[in-house]
Amino acid sequence: MLRYYLKLGFLSIRANPALSLLMVAAIAVGIGACMTMVTVRHVMADNPIAHKNDRLFHVQVDNWNPNNPYREPNEPPEQVTYLDATRLLEAGRAHRQVISFKSDRVVQPDDDEILPFQEEVRATSADFFAMFDVPFKYGSGWDAAADRAEERVTVLSAAMNDRLYGGEDSTGRMLMMNNEPYRVAGVLDDWRPTPKFFDLNNNPYEDPEDIYTPFSVAVTGEWGSSGNNSCWKSPEEAGYASYLASECIWIQMWVELPTQADKEAYEQFLADYVTEQKELGRFPRPLNNRLSTPEEWMINQEVVDDMVSVLLALSALFLLVCLLNTIGLLLAKVIRRRNDISLRRALGASKAELFRQYIVEAGMIGGAGGLAGIGMTWLGLRGIENVFSEYDFIEHLVTMDWQMVGLAVLLAIVSSLGAALYPTWRACRVSPATTLRIQ
Amino acid sequence: MDIGPIWRAMLRNKAGFILIALQIAVTLTILVNAFGIIQESTDKISTESGIDEANTFTLASVLFTDYEREQRKVLIDEDLDLIRNTPGVVNAVASNSFPLRQGGWSMSLALEPGNQTAESVNTAIYFVDEHGMETFDLGLVDGRNFLPEQVTWDDPDDNTWPAYAIITEELAKEIWPDETVSYVGKTVFISDDDPVNIVGVVDKMQAPWPNWDNVVERSMLVPQRRPSEFVRYIVRAEPGMRDQLMPEIEAALAASNKDRIIRDVRTMDHTRKLAYVGDAAMIKILGFVVLLLTLITALGIVGLTSFNVSRRTRQIGIRRALGATQPAIIRYFLIENSIVSAVGLVVGAALAIGLNIAMVEAFALEPLAWYVIPIGMLVLFIVGQFAVTGPARRASNISPAIATRSG
Repeated sequence: MLRYYLKLGFLSIRANPALSLLMVAAIAVGIGACMTMVTVRHVMADNPIAHKNDRLFHVQVDNWNPNNPYREPNEPPEQVTYLDATRLLEAGRAHRQVISFKSDRVVQPDDDEILPFQEEVRATSADFFAMFDVPFKYGSGWDAAADRAEERVTVLSAAMNDRLYGGEDSTGRMLMMNNEPYRVAGVLDDWRPTPKFFDLNNNPYEDPEDIYTPFSVAVTGEWGSSGNNSCWKSPEEAGYASYLASECIWIQMWVELPTQADKEAYEQFLADYVTEQKELGRFPRPLNNRLSTPEEWMINQEVVDDMVSVLLALSALFLLVCLLNTIGLLLAKVIRRRNDISLRRALGASKAELFRQYIVEAGMIGGAGGLAGIGMTWLGLRGIENVFSEYDFIEHLVTMDWQMVGLAVLLAIVSSLGAALYPTWRACRVSPATTLRIQ
Repeated sequence: MDIGPIWRAMLRNKAGFILIALQIAVTLTILVNAFGIIQESTDKISTESGIDEANTFTLASVLFTDYEREQRKVLIDEDLDLIRNTPGVVNAVASNSFPLRQGGWSMSLALEPGNQTAESVNTAIYFVDEHGMETFDLGLVDGRNFLPEQVTWDDPDDNTWPAYAIITEELAKEIWPDETVSYVGKTVFISDDDPVNIVGVVDKMQAPWPNWDNVVERSMLVPQRRPSEFVRYIVRAEPGMRDQLMPEIEAALAASNKDRIIRDVRTMDHTRKLAYVGDAAMIKILGFVVLLLTLITALGIVGLTSFNVSRRTRQIGIRRALGATQPAIIRYFLIENSIVSAVGLVVGAALAIGLNIAMVEAFALEPLAWYVIPIGMLVLFIVGQFAVTGPARRASNISPAIATRSG
């Protein structure tokens, strides 16, 4: 029977080519607009470290101005001071702990053909690689002993290793940065978390840094942060030492706490730490510590731009217009075929049979619209890529995975069936006799 | 022609007309809200930064070899001499940032010494020397430029803030809302308790953050030079000389010292483009959406009217046979469409206002200007009338003889 309905549907579609084309096009355009924004939002809101979401925590303590919160309503600062970062790291109360910031360095390649160039370097502590499951191609990271000894070691991204050493195993080679040699300890495999969950304070969609060095080396070398840096009061004196001792926040801190008990113990530890600091005259605000999972932190930092949500809402309405359009056209078709339906009813077709017949026909239009909609989504994503071409990270936000392709088809079929319900119901209501009378 | 019979005829086929009305309503909702955002973005993009953007370019010098403080000062002086003495350069200055750069330094100003309070006013800070005014092409509305002896080098042993400043008029109004005569000579406190004396007021200079709405017009020029490893140079060229000077100065600076790299050589036009990528993209995306949506709605109206025409072929023939003229037939469809549009547009106006209120609440958007909705209604009404014209014309060509045939 289905084959017969498919054939009937095909004949009906072919009988009104312009109208059918209009319906398929409307569904395709609506699905395309909607799925383009759904896809962009899906990528932007993705959690690249979901498998460790319940054990990683971003650390915040509130050392801010007694008169004004860092951000309304009473949000603690987004980063921590050098004082707190290093003390909490040294205490070592979590399973793993990472402090980091980014800084600009000038890389001087061995190869004289390549001119020196500036790069953003992430200065971080040893646990960074293990904590964030960073994959290695060659070698490994450094250990806590190297951190303490301020060893000049470095880890390169695969891309940087390609650029500097032609992709060979460069572990053990010496890399010059700002006239200082660093021993290459490891080379990463391809790793591009989107969003860059471990540093949302700056652009959450930029590439991760291509060079990593120990935090201690950076501080001894008096590196400034190239990321976000805020102070509620100025350092006491000029100079780097005073900056380190100041209430300026510029370091991101994460801890790994495998169990709920670990988390509770760490919360208690943080509370004790801040209370102790209060006695020393720091932390003038009420106790306001916070541990956030990567997902909570991404929501807090609003990684999905408002404009994406606005466009998503408008594109959903756009799809609604396209569907209203389709409903209207299907209805017109039904009304026009009233004689036909009447005749079939008079010849014994039941309402259920008619219903199935018209739903199959609508499903065919929806399926075609969905397939074309995938093409439209692809075009829409290329359009987004094009208008944002000044952003070099845009290509990572406009990729469609199978999940999204499936969702596009599903959305097309569900919406076209939804659109078909009312016209089909109207078709079933046509009584066998009335319309035949005029014939 | 009487609206009454048309209205009663429409009531006999409610569903079809309700669907078109709804489609028009939702189309209007999207249309005006999209237009509101386009308008907001256009306004933002077209605000002026206050500097001579057309003839200005910027570049950065990054020192990667350890230099003593004094050596760094000498390098900056040499660089500035080289740039300022290049024919075609109007003037140049070393600064920490410039308008539209999207990164900079902000400080809080207070009328009394002490920690910042809720009344403190945030401002962008630009460290410049006495060449800053001419390089940025700022218009002095009161007071005077910095004197050369007021410009000092940042001193590592002295953390006191420089005692002079030139501020924008907007910033001055923000700090002293009741002042009517002159802001020059007034004192404001920065960095908790360092007094700053206002020596001049300029008409306009934007902060480096174009998206930071409430502070974008607040800037402060501070007469201090900073011998850091990373220095930004802002170069203002004579009209027409910019593109020629950019590679020339880049090459000259790169050749003059090998212990640093020159990077980020960029016109202000390019910087402006980078600063407004998001807004420009919204304009393009939403403009396209508006066009596509209007097209789809128009096609929908064409499709449905065509159907109505072919369904009513016989009735139209009868009307023609009974003496209705061709314009009368066309008018019938135009009036029918007017009624549907009117209903849809009124419902749509309500929906549009509702969506706008929701969006203003949820996202940092401006409320719609009052005239956007009536304009949107008018546009969609005209589009609807145009869409109907084609099928209506076909209807008017139906021969009266059709009436004589059966079914």
